[in-house]
Amino acid sequence: MTTPVKNPETRVKRPDESLFKRLTRQQLFIPVAALVLLVLFNLIADYKFFEVTMKENSLGNPVLSGNIISVLDNASELVILAIGMTLVTASSGGQDISVGATMAIAGSVILRMVCGGQVTADTMQMNLVLAVLIGVVVSALFGAFNGTLVAYFKIQPMVATLIMFTAGRSIAAWINNNQLPIVNDITFKYAGTFLPGIPVPTPIFITALMILVFWLVLKFTNLGLYTQAVGINANSSRLNGLDPKLIKLMTYVILGVCVAVAGFIRVSRSGSINYSRIAENIEMDAILAVALGGNALSGGKFNIYGSILGAYVIQFLTTTLYKYNVPSTALPAYKAVVVILLVVLSAPVVREKLANMKKAPVRAAKGVS
Amino acid sequence: MQEGAVLEMRGICKYFPGVRALQDVDFTLREGEIHALMGENGAGKSTLIKVLTGVYPKDGGEVHIRGIEGAAVIRSPQDAQNAGISTVYQEITLCPNLSVAENMYIGRTKGAVANWKVMNSGAKQILESLGIPASPKQQLGSCSIAVQQMVAIARAVDMECKVLILDEPTSSLDEQEVVKLFGLMRDLRAKGVGIIFVTHFLEQVYEVCDRITVLRDGQLVGEYVIEDLPRVQLVSKMLGKELDDMADIKGEMGGDTVGTEGAPVLEAQGLCSSAGIKPFDFSIRRGEVNGFTGLLGSGRSECVRAIFGADHVTGGSVKMDGKSIKIKKPLDAMKCGIGYLPEDRKGDGIVGDLSVRENIILALQVMKGFFRPFSRAQAEAFADEYIKLLEIKTASADTPIKSLSGGNQQKCILARWLLTDPKYLILDEPTRGIDIGTKIEIQKLVLKLAAEGKSVTFISSEIDEMLRTCSRLIVMRDRKAVGELSGKDLTQTKIMATIAGGDEE
Repeated sequence: MTTPVKNPETRVKRPDESLFKRLTRQQLFIPVAALVLLVLFNLIADYKFFEVTMKENSLGNPVLSGNIISVLDNASELVILAIGMTLVTASSGGQDISVGATMAIAGSVILRMVCGGQVTADTMQMNLVLAVLIGVVVSALFGAFNGTLVAYFKIQPMVATLIMFTAGRSIAAWINNNQLPIVNDITFKYAGTFLPGIPVPTPIFITALMILVFWLVLKFTNLGLYTQAVGINANSSRLNGLDPKLIKLMTYVILGVCVAVAGFIRVSRSGSINYSRIAENIEMDAILAVALGGNALSGGKFNIYGSILGAYVIQFLTTTLYKYNVPSTALPAYKAVVVILLVVLSAPVVREKLANMKKAPVRAAKGVS
Repeated sequence: MQEGAVLEMRGICKYFPGVRALQDVDFTLREGEIHALMGENGAGKSTLIKVLTGVYPKDGGEVHIRGIEGAAVIRSPQDAQNAGISTVYQEITLCPNLSVAENMYIGRTKGAVANWKVMNSGAKQILESLGIPASPKQQLGSCSIAVQQMVAIARAVDMECKVLILDEPTSSLDEQEVVKLFGLMRDLRAKGVGIIFVTHFLEQVYEVCDRITVLRDGQLVGEYVIEDLPRVQLVSKMLGKELDDMADIKGEMGGDTVGTEGAPVLEAQGLCSSAGIKPFDFSIRRGEVNGFTGLLGSGRSECVRAIFGADHVTGGSVKMDGKSIKIKKPLDAMKCGIGYLPEDRKGDGIVGDLSVRENIILALQVMKGFFRPFSRAQAEAFADEYIKLLEIKTASADTPIKSLSGGNQQKCILARWLLTDPKYLILDEPTRGIDIGTKIEIQKLVLKLAAEGKSVTFISSEIDEMLRTCSRLIVMRDRKAVGELSGKDLTQTKIMATIAGGDEE
């Protein structure tokens, strides 16, 4: 069974390979290197970046505060989306661009359930777990809708999900009759802020839990093998008894579940929703995380941990830029520069060149003998 | 350079990490000859071609090309083309959605503006002069594979090549198409082009070639004039040992009575599928090896695909061990103990980026179920067992299967199905495009499986292969089963006659 953890790019050990080449060959080289660079930059520029202090939050509870905490906290939604996006990419060779819009739908559904149709709710009108479950089911259904278009109608993923990308936020608004529900019940915000008495932001725990769940699923089921097989060669997968359509559909449903969890965290942070702005452009970051993790966007083999790392790198970069007072309007431009660098460096062509540069003398020596 | 030579390669070396792919190989191509490059898979044929065409940089040696002073420097396929070396690969590398003329001129028009009139008339002229039945404005994808191959050659010829490399051009062609292609090759030879012909088909070598260069394990065995090298000699030079394995196989066959008695393992009646075959009846007994034969496109693959549920079954009934079963999809067939090695190894067989291990365990793993993955140790044990048993040449079980040679990929697919311990195994063209040594191994394996009580359906384009392995043949013509031959009727002439039809009835 495929355990992408252990074995993303295992190759024969070659004695004449330099350490440098073996390193660059690793799928996780780029995201790890990017993370190291970011850490080094911050260490040198201002080591206080890494300071973590205890502060009182708005409720007067002592909580951890600092840039690192904020990176881990704010990356949560992105990390969870990147997991689902990796699977969808692997199985269908395309990406779901509707995740931001579907997050709005999931958030809107959860808010409507919790508010019981009211505009403001001082106490929750429905058991939170039940409300979230309903959000998960709705989001999974939208995932199934996307997956059906992709798997059974053979529409290109980007085109198929363009439908929900366009319509999602309107649907989200319609679910709450175009009103902006506000939940004042403090327990609703536990998931997006802090649990009483615990100084670490709850989204970090939720993300860790999601990662753990997917680690277990990949270990104890054939999800990894099946999605990769289908993504690499659907024909031969079918002749080996797999149902490629069903497996593609399944990955979209799984992404739907991830989207709901991310949507819940997002609405839980503020207790409210802004239909047009919530999780705006997050789909692009999620796709970028997958690419940064060294996964081919054309599908096939994947490494889910690469994507997770990629998501943290993106958030780390954003937080660093904020720290140096880059105006939020200029932020995307700075991000783009870094992204170009990372993506070019991780391109197979460039990596091959890098590897050959170091390899050339070795080969020449051998040729003579 | 030698008198009359258009291409000389001297002392070519090429190393891959851990492997000496080519060691001090010489190769000479003369003007106006068809020169076969022979060798088993992994002998270095493809590597030599790729070095010559600039796909791989060489690690030693020199290439001389007529008209170029000193050693030629070829760093890319573009350089090779400029030096007058054109290559037509096994898989057609043209654009099926463009027209024939566009394909012939793509990438070599001067300036930004295409002159359609000149292009079309130019293409027409070349096509006519070579006798290729295609019109310049026709979409390439609408031509048959053979014509597409010829267009690729026409493109190469029009680039005024001195050296034309044909890498397995015949593996997807049927007999008449091969005849046409050979006609074209002879015309080009008459025009003075030197042709390097890479193929696995011995008959074709003796039909069309003038000289043979044999490689083995990355080393040059020798260059021979075709008349001086009888077939048996060629085979033994390729394999590197004196043996007549063909005779061995016949000997092992024993009597023709194998598996002709007893109740059928699988019995199908009136089976037909969405692929458009006429309803056919079929049965196979325990320990029997039978086969479907017929020309390309006669429906032999479609028949076995229907049995396996690979195509949508539209009618008929199937019984396994006397019990009625329904096969709607491949998984149903697998659960009944049927294995199927598909014809198109690359498109339907291997899962290219996955490792050899994952490819081997795939079918058994799918049968075991989504929630019950094999442990890493178990999977490794399975893979290692079959890598050893079938002598699969791979750096490790973790190597992606796509980096293996064709024959070894095929062995992995065989391993995949053997691992599921099927009662009935369907092998559709298991020996296509693989070297003669592996071919013989696979044929032997088929007979061994039958001796162990498994039933096998074996399909091959090469009739003598079928004769060697099958005790009963079902002959297909125009998507219809037209005859069944067994016992003393199993002769080349009888089969040919049945395939051709006419005076049979």
